[in-house]
Amino acid sequence: MSTSIIGAAVNRVDGPLKVSGKAQYAVDHTLENLAYGVGVASSVGNARVVRVDASEAERMPGVLAVLYHGNTPPLYRPAERLEHSRAGEIRPPFEDDQVYYYGQYVALAIAKTLEQATAAAEKVKVQYEVRKPAVLLSEAGKPEGPPRVHSSRGDAGGAYESAAVKIDETYTIPVEVHNPMEMHAAIAQWEGEKLTLYATTQGVLNYRKVLAEVMGVPLEDVRVISPFCGSGFGGKLFPWPESMLAALGAQHVKRPVRVQVPRSMMFTTVGHRPLTKQRMRLGATTDGKLVSIQHDVEQPTSMVDEYVEYCTGVTTMLYDCANVETRQDLVRLNVGTPTPMRGPGIVPGMFPLESAMDELAVKLNMDPIALRLKNYAETDPSANLPWSSKHLRECYQRGAEKFGWAKRNPKAGSMRQGDEILGWGMSTSTWHAGRGGATVRVRLNADGTARASCATQDIGTGTYTIFAQVVSEKTGIVLDKIQVVLGDSTLPPGPMSGGSTVTATVLPAIAKAADQAVQRLLEAAAMTPGSPFFTEDRANAPKLAMTSGWVHEADKPYNSGVPFDEILIARRLAALDGEATTEPDRAAQEHYSFHSFGAQFMEVAWDPGIARLRVTRALTVIDAGKIINKKAGTNQILGAVAMGIGMAMFEEAIYDPRTGKPINNNFADYLVATNADVPRLECDFIEYPDYYLNEYGARGIGEIGLAGVAPALTMAIYHATGVRVRTLPFRVEDAIGGERATIV
Amino acid sequence: MQEFRYRQAKTVESALRANGTYLAGGTTLVDLMKLNVLQPALVVDVNPLPLAQVEALPGGELKGGLRIGAMVRNSDLANHPAVKQNYTVLSEALLSGASPQLRNMATTGGNLLQKTRCYYYRDTNYACNKRQPGSGCPAIDGFNRIHAVLGGSAECVATHPSDMAVAMMALEATVHTQGPGGERAIALKDFYLLPGTTPEKENVLEPGELITHVTLPAPESGTRSHYLKLRDRAQYEFALASAAVVVRLHGRRMERVRIALGGVGTRPWRSAEAERSLEGREATAENFRKAADAAMKDAKPLKYNSFKVELAKKALVRALETAAQTEQRG
Ligand SMILES: Cc1cc2nc3c(=O)[nH]c(=O)nc-3n(C[C@H](O)[C@H](O)[C@H](O)COP(=O)(O)OP(=O)(O)OC[C@H]3O[C@@H](n4cnc5c(N)ncnc54)[C@H](O)[C@@H]3O)c2cc1C
Repeated sequence: MSTSIIGAAVNRVDGPLKVSGKAQYAVDHTLENLAYGVGVASSVGNARVVRVDASEAERMPGVLAVLYHGNTPPLYRPAERLEHSRAGEIRPPFEDDQVYYYGQYVALAIAKTLEQATAAAEKVKVQYEVRKPAVLLSEAGKPEGPPRVHSSRGDAGGAYESAAVKIDETYTIPVEVHNPMEMHAAIAQWEGEKLTLYATTQGVLNYRKVLAEVMGVPLEDVRVISPFCGSGFGGKLFPWPESMLAALGAQHVKRPVRVQVPRSMMFTTVGHRPLTKQRMRLGATTDGKLVSIQHDVEQPTSMVDEYVEYCTGVTTMLYDCANVETRQDLVRLNVGTPTPMRGPGIVPGMFPLESAMDELAVKLNMDPIALRLKNYAETDPSANLPWSSKHLRECYQRGAEKFGWAKRNPKAGSMRQGDEILGWGMSTSTWHAGRGGATVRVRLNADGTARASCATQDIGTGTYTIFAQVVSEKTGIVLDKIQVVLGDSTLPPGPMSGGSTVTATVLPAIAKAADQAVQRLLEAAAMTPGSPFFTEDRANAPKLAMTSGWVHEADKPYNSGVPFDEILIARRLAALDGEATTEPDRAAQEHYSFHSFGAQFMEVAWDPGIARLRVTRALTVIDAGKIINKKAGTNQILGAVAMGIGMAMFEEAIYDPRTGKPINNNFADYLVATNADVPRLECDFIEYPDYYLNEYGARGIGEIGLAGVAPALTMAIYHATGVRVRTLPFRVEDAIGGERATIV
Repeated sequence: MQEFRYRQAKTVESALRANGTYLAGGTTLVDLMKLNVLQPALVVDVNPLPLAQVEALPGGELKGGLRIGAMVRNSDLANHPAVKQNYTVLSEALLSGASPQLRNMATTGGNLLQKTRCYYYRDTNYACNKRQPGSGCPAIDGFNRIHAVLGGSAECVATHPSDMAVAMMALEATVHTQGPGGERAIALKDFYLLPGTTPEKENVLEPGELITHVTLPAPESGTRSHYLKLRDRAQYEFALASAAVVVRLHGRRMERVRIALGGVGTRPWRSAEAERSLEGREATAENFRKAADAAMKDAKPLKYNSFKVELAKKALVRALETAAQTEQRG
């Protein structure tokens, strides 16, 4: 088979399982004697638990146990940095009698059925000594300790003072919640000292490590299984209390226990993108050359963890500017611990940076693309390194052409169309191109099929399919004869599904493992009596090749040979394996800076007569190297844009300062974009393979589609309405007057 | 959720005799039972009742008006040809509500009696005068962006969030009931109560009284109607402000106007002031704007919902503009 399967538009190999309901998600695993754990969530945001009265609950039908601080031995803490393991929260559940945030687990009721456990959980009486929670930034007090990030090049302060043109604005992004469709869940089963956890995770190996640490058992005694994940968006990188509670509960009641997080607790106990308040100061010459960038971030973390949302990294690398200073301070609030959410750091950092660039463009009366080109970074100014591959200029050009940017009248409110006014906006987009190490096993089976396995996972992004594609490319075996096994910690070690790194990481390992398996097969073909390629000197292997699943002489057509399974049968082998471990090229990493880029163009329609704003067009042009699967790649970008529409227009967790509760903790009140809010989205890839990253030239694309959406949309909103949205999301009251709820 | 008994009623009489809480589509009731906001001891399932018909009342054509059974699903009602053609405003209002899945379950009777979406009413850890009379109202000093600017009291500012009821208000519907005291016909405008000092009492129904059907008067010829709902996103969200208008035009003169607003009132808000300001006048933008000002004259915004005053005016003006332009239907 030709190599065209790499880069083709390939259907998901796991698609039929998903649409037929056969794909096993965490809670789909049916175990004998399964019991159900239901959490009791704190109804206050800051308190000491004085007493837990579970006597009524314990007497209810089917109830096996009620666990809480005081009647349960404490779990150990995860080792974190010491072991490169990471939990969502450093504090395991029930460690002490403190309530640090609303929705924290204060007890777990375990019963024979979900209904019985739910009923029992409601009857657990918790007496609190309540203190006033702090959930608004203004209630947090001064930042403690030194800035968590401080970087400086040149003299940003001085250059700003003397700059001809200045922008000094503050931008705020509220708490956003990942809310994957599949809620966090775990089923824990102990067999003697050995723990099996059926989870929904972006990292089976990290989950295994953390579970071993908190339960105090050897690593090899823990197995984590997660064949399918109803997405994570970063929220399932690190295990949260529910997986620890399942393990604790199962140990206690001596039967498997399942804990699934209800939607309401998805807002409190499994992480979120933290609120950020970001001051952006730009200084420029009158012809638009940046002379100074200063980016200051204030961000709340929880009472128990220090989570830093690294918003300022992108500020140091996106534009060519000699004087840049960034600083990030942390404050503490009574909220759960924040966690990475799709595009962590860069997505929230791009909003103020690109918004300020637009404000500068308006002030200079300059085209926003021209302003960006004027400050185009030919090399990475933050690292003083050349880019491994950067074609952002072409993204702007192609985007502008396709979008019709030349027809834009820059005057706000000028592009009328019937009752509506159109607004156009654009933004740069970027994401760092990472790659790690992975081990993959590829197996050629005597029944004519192949199998590839790795302890990474497919969180809905298409990883299964990419494995199959590479094996197919290397062997010519058709996709539906290739089985891919992921999501099990017993498999050869693979990467966490985060940071858009999996594809770049696993491709070389799959290729190498497949090559190795093929090599062994060809050797077998040369040395096995009964094989058409057998010779007494067994020297034929170098002359052989495998194409379309057939072994043949390399200089003859494939069908002059035999199907590969015949070689295995002749040798009476069940299968032949190849296994390979690959690591990134450290030398390349030292000599180049690896980033993907893109340009995003948005159109909104504003109907001032009824104060109605809708997104009407969205175009994204991406430079992310070679795209391995056009369908999955496009899907990642379009999904990210839909999420960005939510970020710009709808999403906001609203905390009640009296109780600390996010009062809109359900899908009717926490708004995300519906299909009706998402216009036809367009995505275009300009493909320049980045061979410094891997031999396929592919970089990750899971996050970059989100990075420029909010600034492009708020720019479009400004263009349509004349109103600059500096606090996300846009609200109709921004345009027609009216106070917004305080979140800072 | 509390334990409860469940019974199915096959006839209206047996439903009444059961003396419990009626279960129709369950999209409000079951939701709130799961949250422990409603805790009925006995749930009486009225789904088997023969009340799922939409029929023209005697008189030929629609001269006698339309009778809508209490168990008619919102989707069926919205897509009923007689409703689409002759009561456009009602079809539009229904289709703007909730989601297709919810509309397939929700019934006419249940929709009229749906509860508020106030965050604090829905959480038993909060005080709420509607849920627990006398306990207080956290919405007044809380996050009250979605709350009412019309009809509120010091005890309660929760909106009645139905879209359907707003359209029915403008259509001058009548609610028909059977209760321990026999049958009643209640004009919809008299059906809902203002919260005052008794926000727990939302309407004039007596305990155990069953809605059997709703009637709409005959559509008058020359009448045009429209429902416009404004909200943050395009679908699946309650109204921030909405307007239902029914207008009979003679040339450009508005002979008869019925106006109701949604999302802004503690009950579906019929505005006699706006109607009076338009009847007998020309259908002009200026007159529409005056009517909108009249409708919102008594608005008392809270901290975070002052934008609703202007938004409701915009909804009403545009709804009137649209209705006054629409080709005459049916
Ligand atoms: C997420 C969500 C979004 C929604 N969005 C919207 C929206 O945008 N617009 C909108 O208008 N609505 C919306 N709704 C509300 C929805 O329209 C109502 O829940 C529905 O109409 C209620 O009808 P039901 O038949 O399910 O009522 P049920 O839940 O069965 O009953 C509701 C109440 O009415 C009583 N009852 C029912 N039938 C009778 C009867 N015949 N006689 C006497 N009492 C009776 C019940 O005892 C109960 O108290 C939404 C609901 C949800 C859950």
